[in-house]
Amino acid sequence: MSTLSLRNVWVEYGEKIVLEGVSLDIEDRSFVSIIGPSGAGKSSLLRVILGQEVPSRGTILLDGEALPPECGPDRGVVFQRYSVFSHLSVLGNTMFGLECAQAPFAARLFGTKRQAARERAEEMLVAVGLGDSMHLYPSEMSGGMQQRLAIAQALIKRPRILLLDEPFGALDPGIRSDMHALVTKLWQDYALTVIMVTHDIKEAFSLGTRVLTLDKRRHDPHAPHRYGATTVYDLELTRNARADATRDDTEDMSAGFPTT
Amino acid sequence: MRWVNHNVRRGNAIILGAIPIVLLILLYLFVAANRHAINPADKILPLPSQMVEAMSMLVLQPDRLSGQYLFWADTLASLSRLGIGLGISTLSALLVGLVLGILPPVRAVFGPLVTGIAVIPPIALLPILFIAFGLGETAKVALIVIGIAPFMIRDIAAHIGALPREQIIKAQTLGASSWQVMIRVALPQAMPRLIQALRLSLGPAWVFLISAEAIAADIGLGYRIFLVRRYLAMDVILPYVAWIALLAVVIDFLLTKSSHSMFPWAHRSNR
Repeated sequence: MSTLSLRNVWVEYGEKIVLEGVSLDIEDRSFVSIIGPSGAGKSSLLRVILGQEVPSRGTILLDGEALPPECGPDRGVVFQRYSVFSHLSVLGNTMFGLECAQAPFAARLFGTKRQAARERAEEMLVAVGLGDSMHLYPSEMSGGMQQRLAIAQALIKRPRILLLDEPFGALDPGIRSDMHALVTKLWQDYALTVIMVTHDIKEAFSLGTRVLTLDKRRHDPHAPHRYGATTVYDLELTRNARADATRDDTEDMSAGFPTT
Repeated sequence: MRWVNHNVRRGNAIILGAIPIVLLILLYLFVAANRHAINPADKILPLPSQMVEAMSMLVLQPDRLSGQYLFWADTLASLSRLGIGLGISTLSALLVGLVLGILPPVRAVFGPLVTGIAVIPPIALLPILFIAFGLGETAKVALIVIGIAPFMIRDIAAHIGALPREQIIKAQTLGASSWQVMIRVALPQAMPRLIQALRLSLGPAWVFLISAEAIAADIGLGYRIFLVRRYLAMDVILPYVAWIALLAVVIDFLLTKSSHSMFPWAHRSNR
């Protein structure tokens, strides 16, 4: 079943066309990597799906229904930076989503409800490997730990789709491979649908079940802004979910290439 | 070693910081003693003994006319005006600044108005305040509020507006409404900045307080200074100025301390 459908989506800023005619169907439980050169509209596509921006033309359907033109709890997101709240502890950051849902006015929980939310948050933090850091503030943590927190924060809302915008771009290579293993594990354990924008082609192929390449099909040298990017390659990867769970991403990536 | 790399240890910093102050005091004493050697009745640079004598009248003895201890009554009157003025300014900066910073439609409607008010020199409004509110306490407090609130509002609004967009988006993907973004994301992050803005506004607030008291008052630190000026009473003016400086330093210190203890997350260096 197709979860997310984009129908002829255009993103234009005045004269400048960023995306043109993007049509996509993204299956439930797939892991879609989006790659492409800088300025090819990868992040624009993600922002449109997220609801941060409204496409200038076209429609986006989530489970057959048109997306409202703003962000909502059905689509979680992890940005490269700034996606955790610096004024909240790790636990506070993770409980934020639960508190917003259960306490519309105070946005804080008390008593047994708080206890329940706290337990769920703790469980989530253990799952991302932050079980020992619950009372730290983000400024006391490394970049990798902050990204783990950002993932936990998003996943506790059980979003239909998890959007990752170059989530590991600012991390050291060693930390990055740990994060790859974590994301793969969470993707399987929580049956997630993930869309990830990345610069790292190896990462795109080793994590994804499908790799989309955005680029301009046409190029006008006198007015480069008048043609937008669209999906030029759409590769389904035969990724065996079970085998992948134990696979290290430093392995030969031919295992991830398409058979078609 | 380059001067930019010379870090001073805490103990040494206190000593180094005291040197210019002590030198200034010594210079004053030297010049004052010289003047008194020439003219024992000199009023311009009084000796410490004269200051103590003049101040003990105000500090320790009730005024024969009103029965008040003038120094303490002045301090209380000035501090309460300052406190009310700062309180109203802080509260309005928090409320208005928060809403202006986080809600684009509100910013579009009221942003230009706040900017417009902020560029008016507050002292130019003092006559209007005296006409509108009379010569009582209200006009003095209103001058402080008009003087510093617009600056604080703009500062808080700008700070909130500069919060990373990612945070606001992230909060919405976690299900937060506008109200929840306001009270859980923007408000807590505005608080340390609010204290910062308050600290920076203390100087101007004192200026407006002393100005208002100088023009129309019957009690207050500024009133006393301008009153005794008529008699060249430097032996009262100088201790009063020193007292005002001390009060300002103490308030600033307490604000810094409270910010560190209430919002420790805001004072850690970010990676």
